[in-house]
Amino acid sequence: MWAVEITGLTKDYRLGFWSKNYKRALDHLSLAVEPGEVFGLLGPNGAGKTTLLKLLLRLIFPTAGSASILGRPLGDVRAHARLGYLPENPYFYDHLTAAEFLNYAGWLCGLDGVKRRHRGYELLERVGLAGSADVPMRRFSKGMAQRLGIAQALVNDPEVIFLDEPMSGLDPLGRRQVRDLVLDLRRNGKTIFFSTHILPDAEALCDRVAVLNGGRLQDVGNLQEILRSSVESIELVLDDPPAQALEALARFNPTSTRNGNLMRLELSANADVDAVLGAALAAGARVVSLSPVKLYSLEDYFLSRVQGRAPSSREEPVSRPEAARR
Amino acid sequence: MNRIAAIAVHTFKESVRERVLYTLVVFAIVMIGAGLILGGVSVGINQIALVNLGLSAISVFGLLIAVFIGISLVWKEMERRTLYNVLSKPVARAEFILGKFFGLVLTLVVNTAVMTAGFYLVLWYEKGRLTAADVAPLQAIYFILLQLALVVGVALLFSTISGPALSALFTISLYVIGSLLGDLRAFGEQSGSAALRGASYVLSVLLPDFGALADIAPAAHGELLPASRVLAQSLDAMLYGIVLLSATVLIFERRDLR
Amino acid sequence: MSAEMIQAKPRRIAAVAFVAALAASIALRTSLDRKATKQPAFSPVEYVTSGKTLRQLSFGYQGLLADFYWTRAVQYFGRQKLTGTGDFQELGPLLRITTELDPHLLIAYRFGAIFLAEEPPSGAGQPDAALALIRRGIAANPSYWRLWQDLGFIYYWNLKDYARAASAFEAGSRQPGADVWMKTLAASVAAQGGELETSRQLWSEVFSQASNESIRRSAQEHLAAIKAAEDIGHLDQLLSEFVRREGRPASSVGDLVREGMLPGWPVDPSGVRYELGSGGKAALGAGSKVDLHLAR
Repeated sequence: MWAVEITGLTKDYRLGFWSKNYKRALDHLSLAVEPGEVFGLLGPNGAGKTTLLKLLLRLIFPTAGSASILGRPLGDVRAHARLGYLPENPYFYDHLTAAEFLNYAGWLCGLDGVKRRHRGYELLERVGLAGSADVPMRRFSKGMAQRLGIAQALVNDPEVIFLDEPMSGLDPLGRRQVRDLVLDLRRNGKTIFFSTHILPDAEALCDRVAVLNGGRLQDVGNLQEILRSSVESIELVLDDPPAQALEALARFNPTSTRNGNLMRLELSANADVDAVLGAALAAGARVVSLSPVKLYSLEDYFLSRVQGRAPSSREEPVSRPEAARR
Repeated sequence: MNRIAAIAVHTFKESVRERVLYTLVVFAIVMIGAGLILGGVSVGINQIALVNLGLSAISVFGLLIAVFIGISLVWKEMERRTLYNVLSKPVARAEFILGKFFGLVLTLVVNTAVMTAGFYLVLWYEKGRLTAADVAPLQAIYFILLQLALVVGVALLFSTISGPALSALFTISLYVIGSLLGDLRAFGEQSGSAALRGASYVLSVLLPDFGALADIAPAAHGELLPASRVLAQSLDAMLYGIVLLSATVLIFERRDLR
Repeated sequence: MSAEMIQAKPRRIAAVAFVAALAASIALRTSLDRKATKQPAFSPVEYVTSGKTLRQLSFGYQGLLADFYWTRAVQYFGRQKLTGTGDFQELGPLLRITTELDPHLLIAYRFGAIFLAEEPPSGAGQPDAALALIRRGIAANPSYWRLWQDLGFIYYWNLKDYARAASAFEAGSRQPGADVWMKTLAASVAAQGGELETSRQLWSEVFSQASNESIRRSAQEHLAAIKAAEDIGHLDQLLSEFVRREGRPASSVGDLVREGMLPGWPVDPSGVRYELGSGGKAALGAGSKVDLHLAR
C-alpha cells in the first residue's frame, strides 16, 4: 500500500465569483509516495504545490481525479487520525497560549487530558518552545509560529506528515533543527511529504522529489539524477591565458568572459574534461579552477527547462529573501 | 461529540478573552444603571422603566456581541487559515460548525448572565428587595438568549458564504426583517393582492421570527407568559436553529477554503 | 460502510435535517397563527400618524419607547399645569401613542385618564377623551378590574352620570380579583344616585388603597367633610325636633345636650364644637379645620 497515491488529480479555480473563466492550478497529476519515504515537492511559486497539499488535506475539492492517503480516499476522516499537516505560514489564535493550542490539537485527535498535557510539553521541548508554553500566540514571531505549527502537526504521532514550506521564516539554526527533526522522523519510519522551493533543503532531506511547474508534473525521482539530466556546464578559469591557449580551446565552443586578468570559459556539460584540461595546459595557460556548474536555484532550473536556455552559474546556493518571494 | 466539545470549549476560551466584549458588557451595565435616572424623572413607572431599559440593553448589547463574535471569529479562522489546522485533524466540517456554534452560544450565555446580574443588582438597589414577581424578567432574558442563538446561527451561515462586512450587513438586515415578521404578515393580510398576501406568508414562515422573541413589555409588568407560549417559542427557535445549522453545513461541506 | 458513504454522510444528514426542521417549523408557525387572536384591523391614516408606526420602527423595544412617551406625557402635563395656560391639546395624543406602544402600561391609562378628566385649570377638562382612553385600556386589558373602577369614577365625579357609573363598577366587580366593595359601590351608586353615603364609600376606598401620602390626606379631608355634613344634617333634624318639643328654637347646641337629646356636646372631625349658625341652623364652630365645600 502506498502512503500517498495520486491519480490524475486536477483542480480548476474560478477566476471570480461570477466569472466563467477558470485557471488550472493542477493538471492531471499522478504520483505515489512509498511508506517511510521523505518525498519533496519542488517547484517555483505558483507551481501548484500548495494546491496539491490542500487537495490532499480536503481543504479544497478536486475538479477531477482522485487520491488516497494510507489507503483511504480523500475526505475520509479516518485517514486524518494518522496524518499531520503544517500549513504554509501558519497562524494561530491571538488569545490562546502555545500549551492551550497543543491541548486543543490533541483533544481534536481524541487524546485524553493527561496524554494531551504530556504530549504538549514533549513537543514544545522538541521544537524548542518549552520556555514559551504560556505565552499568548499573538506575541509569537514568525519563526516561533512555524515551530509551533510543526509541533501541532506531530501531536497525534502521525504516520504521514505533510509539511508546506517547513523552512520558511526560520533562521539558520531553526532550519538546522527542522532538518534534524525530519531526519529523526524518517528514522522512526514516518512518511514525510513536504513542499519547498529551496533546493538545498530538498537535497539534504529527500529520498525522491517531484518537480512541479505550472500545475504539471515535470519530473519524479532522485534529485541528483534530475539535475544531472538537465542542462549543466563546466567552468574553466584561467589566469591571463596566452592567445594560443584560447585558440586551442576554441574547438570546445566555450563562452568566455574576462574579468581583469581572469578568463572564465564556460563549456558544454558533455565536453571531454581531460581533453580540455590537456589543451589548456599544453598551450601554457595557468589553470585557476575547473568545476562543474551546480544548479542551486530552482528558478534557474525552471528557466532552463521552460526557455531552453543555459542556466547561469552560481558559486553559492541562493535562497531569496522572504520579501522577494512573496 | 468529544471533538465538538473541544471546538466549543476552545471557541469559548478564545472569545471570552476578546477585549471588545468586556467593553460592550460594561457599557450595557452602565445603560442598565441609567434606568435609575430615567425612572427618577417619570411618574409611577420607576420599576417598569428600569426593567424595560435593562432588558432592552441586554438585548441590544447581546445582539452586538452575537454579530461580532459570530462573524469575526469564524471569518478569522478562514482568513488566518487556522481552520487548516483544525480540518487536518480527524474532524468533520459539520463538527467544526456545530462546535463553533455551541462555543459562541456558551459565550453569549456567560455574557448575558453577567449583564443579568448587573440588571438584578440595579433592580435590588431601586426596590430595596427582590420578590417572587421579579422572576418575570428572567423569562424575557431566556427569550433574548433564544434570539441571540438564532442570530449567531444566521451569522455563521453568512460567514461561510461571504466576507465579514457583507455578513454583518446580511445578519443585521435579517434581524430587522425577522423582527417585523408579525407586521409583515398583518400587512399581507390587509392587502388586497393575493400575490402580496402569499409572498408575505411565505416570508413569514421561512424567516426567523425574532419579533416573537422580543416581547419585553409583559416582563416589565411582572407578568409571566403562559407555559404553552414559552414551549412553542422554544420549539420554534430550536427548529429554526436546526434549519440554519444544517444549511450552513450543507454549504460549508463543499466549500473550497482558499 | 463504504468510503463514499462516509464522505457523503454529513451532507446527507444535513440535507435531511434541513428539510425536516424547515417543514416542522412551518407547520408549527402555521398552527400557532391559527390559534393566535387576530389583530384588530388598522386604518391607513392611523397607521401613519400613531404609535403603531413607532412600533414598526422600534424592533421590539416598544416597551422602552412607551416609557419615554409616558415620561413626556407627564412632563407635558406638569409644564402646562404650571404655566396655567390650560392648553392640554397634546396630552391626548401623547397618551394614545404611549398606550399604543405598550397597551399594557396600566399606569398611563389610570393617571392619564385623571389628567384628562379633571376640570381646568387642574386638568384638561376632556372627560370624553378620558373615557375613550380608559375604554381602550379595558379592551387591551379586559381582566384588569381597576380600569373599570376608574371608568366608574369618571362617570361619577366628572360627568355625574350615576347610572353609567354604577354599571361600570358592576362590570368591574365581575372581573377576577376585584375587591368586594366594588359590588357594594355599584349597588349604592345605583340606589342612591350620589348621596353622601356613596361618597363616603368611595373616599374610604381611596383612603385605604392610596399609596401616596398626599392622596391619602386629601381622602381624609373629604371623609371629614362628609362626616361633618352628615353631622350637621343630624343636628338640624334634632334642632327642628327641639322646636316641636319646646315650642321655641334652641339658643345653642348645648340646649340639645341639656334636654338629653345628645349624650354630650358634639365635635367635628377636627375636634371643634358644632355651633348654631345664621337662621338657627347647625354650623361648624370657629377655628374648625373641616372644609365643608369638599362634601359637595
